[in-house]
Amino acid sequence: MDAVAHFFQSIPVDLLIIQTVNGVVAGMILALVASGLTLIFGIMDVVNFAHGELFMLGAYVGVLVLTATGSFWIALVMSALIVALLGAAIQIVTLRPLLGRDPLNTILATFGLSLILQNYALWQFGPVARKIGEPITSHFNLFYLTYPWYRILIAVLSAAIIGGFWLFLKYGKYGVWIRATTQDRVMAQAMGIPVPMVHTAVFAIGAAMAAASGVLFAPLVGVNHTMGLDWVLKAFIVVVIGGMGNLGGSIAAAIFVSLLEAYAAIWVDPSQAVIVSFVVLILTLLFRPTGLFVPTPK
Amino acid sequence: MTTAPLSKSMPLKTKLSHTAVFWIGFCVVMTLLIVAPLVLPEYWRRFLTEILIWGLLAMSSDILIGYTGMVSFGHSAFFGLGMYGAAAALLIVSPPNLWLAILFGLGGAAGAALFVAFFSTRLRDIYFAITTLIFSQIFYVIIFTWTAVTGGENGLIFSRPHFTIPFLYDTRFSTATLHWFVLSVVAGSYVLLRRIMRSPFGMVLQSIRENEARTRAIGYPVERYKIVAVMLSGLFAGLAGVLYAVQNQFAAAEFVFFTTSGDTVIFNVMGGIGTLVGPIVGAGFFQLLRELLSRIFGDQFPYLIPLGVIFIVMIIFLPQGLLGFARRWLNR
Repeated sequence: MDAVAHFFQSIPVDLLIIQTVNGVVAGMILALVASGLTLIFGIMDVVNFAHGELFMLGAYVGVLVLTATGSFWIALVMSALIVALLGAAIQIVTLRPLLGRDPLNTILATFGLSLILQNYALWQFGPVARKIGEPITSHFNLFYLTYPWYRILIAVLSAAIIGGFWLFLKYGKYGVWIRATTQDRVMAQAMGIPVPMVHTAVFAIGAAMAAASGVLFAPLVGVNHTMGLDWVLKAFIVVVIGGMGNLGGSIAAAIFVSLLEAYAAIWVDPSQAVIVSFVVLILTLLFRPTGLFVPTPK
Repeated sequence: MTTAPLSKSMPLKTKLSHTAVFWIGFCVVMTLLIVAPLVLPEYWRRFLTEILIWGLLAMSSDILIGYTGMVSFGHSAFFGLGMYGAAAALLIVSPPNLWLAILFGLGGAAGAALFVAFFSTRLRDIYFAITTLIFSQIFYVIIFTWTAVTGGENGLIFSRPHFTIPFLYDTRFSTATLHWFVLSVVAGSYVLLRRIMRSPFGMVLQSIRENEARTRAIGYPVERYKIVAVMLSGLFAGLAGVLYAVQNQFAAAEFVFFTTSGDTVIFNVMGGIGTLVGPIVGAGFFQLLRELLSRIFGDQFPYLIPLGVIFIVMIIFLPQGLLGFARRWLNR
């Protein structure tokens, strides 16, 4: 008992709070990545292996636009638009011919895509990471740290994008189309909804969300061609834990997993903290194979 | 009228039965591969051996992809554990012993396979693919960060064991003899796996691929069959890892990263799943194209871009792969 009491006393409260903030910030970016992934899966049964590469390309396009225009916010919007167009093109060329085939084919095709995009980035931009500055450089005091406001802003912006997208799904005319297509592809087609167009649009929206999170994340660690790999793995974990195709579930899971990893990073090396999310995944698969969170009615 | 041509063609058919044609073909290919190191220059000898090793890895994965209908994105874990198992045996025991390396490698791969099989066979289709991927990443993170034992980013370097038959024979591997050794292991694995896939056990795996619910309804314990399939596949992937370690004399964490699994899946799809020999052809096709591209355009050329394009085009237009046309014939 003494050892347990000692353990609890040894937990540094200030560090816990700092890591909570860090975890929520990372969780919101992850939620933005994962919601695009889960949306694409939910509506067309496509597991998008290239999602991390869209994230990475978004960050690169952001860097390019930023150096051309000097404005971070223009870069954010332009990157989302450009990558959305790229996503639409990719969907039309590679995924549309695979419609109706085994979903496993789409994993393979998007895996091929991720190879192409990643090596293109390496070829075009080189192996050295690009650094970009934060658009807001002010800080506030969090215990002994001066914490950048920009990180808080990332979390807020991610939440705003996800919230705006949710409102669009709920009330927008095209949002209703998307939900209808998710529920029943054939029936939606019969009601006059252009299902192939909806698929392309959803892929484009998912790509735009990945690109936006890439640009938002870029100032924190810099941009290089392998940055997508970590994110797509994390996003897969989150999407499985939250329940495939369940938007709310994956957002909750993103924050949950990121918080756990942040807390674990107090005691172990951050590169080993990833294992915590692996363990959560294993436990989820063992006890709740359909996802940790109750599926929300569509 | 109609019987005349039939009776004419009958003796031809019976003269060369399917089995005979198959084994004649097998022997021809084997002869070519046995003779190859005698005529090829040093570089291409090693290249051919490497193709065989990648082919064995891809073939092991075909048990799951082609025969059981489960796409594994986690074969890098089995391959890597085989590699590090061999490394352990070669570094700890002196003098390094080939058979001990194989034993350790198989043990490592079997451990990983048991772990992965137990958890991931509860899931189907893409969920299986994603969980195997994430499991392989667990092994990657452990190997990458446990620097004291695995050498971390630098990997492990060791010397190549001698080829020994206990009390009888002991010699150094040359490029050619190593090639023959690898060839015999790969060919033996092929014959064994082909036999297993044609056995009642293999038939159950194929019926799981065709209709899992019905297989379960007939009364087969589907989960148990899947676990055995994953373990079998993992063992042969581990064997490929051992061979790779013996050939290149190092073990590196990058081989445990999931891109190795991705390559494995690409070999399968390019060569033709469900044929066992197709994945070897796929591995050869991939490596030859890669070699060709970097010869034409230079070392800096991002060869994975055209290869990725070819891969996607093949998925869309040739989903059966290069040997897909012969799939039925090869399994008869």
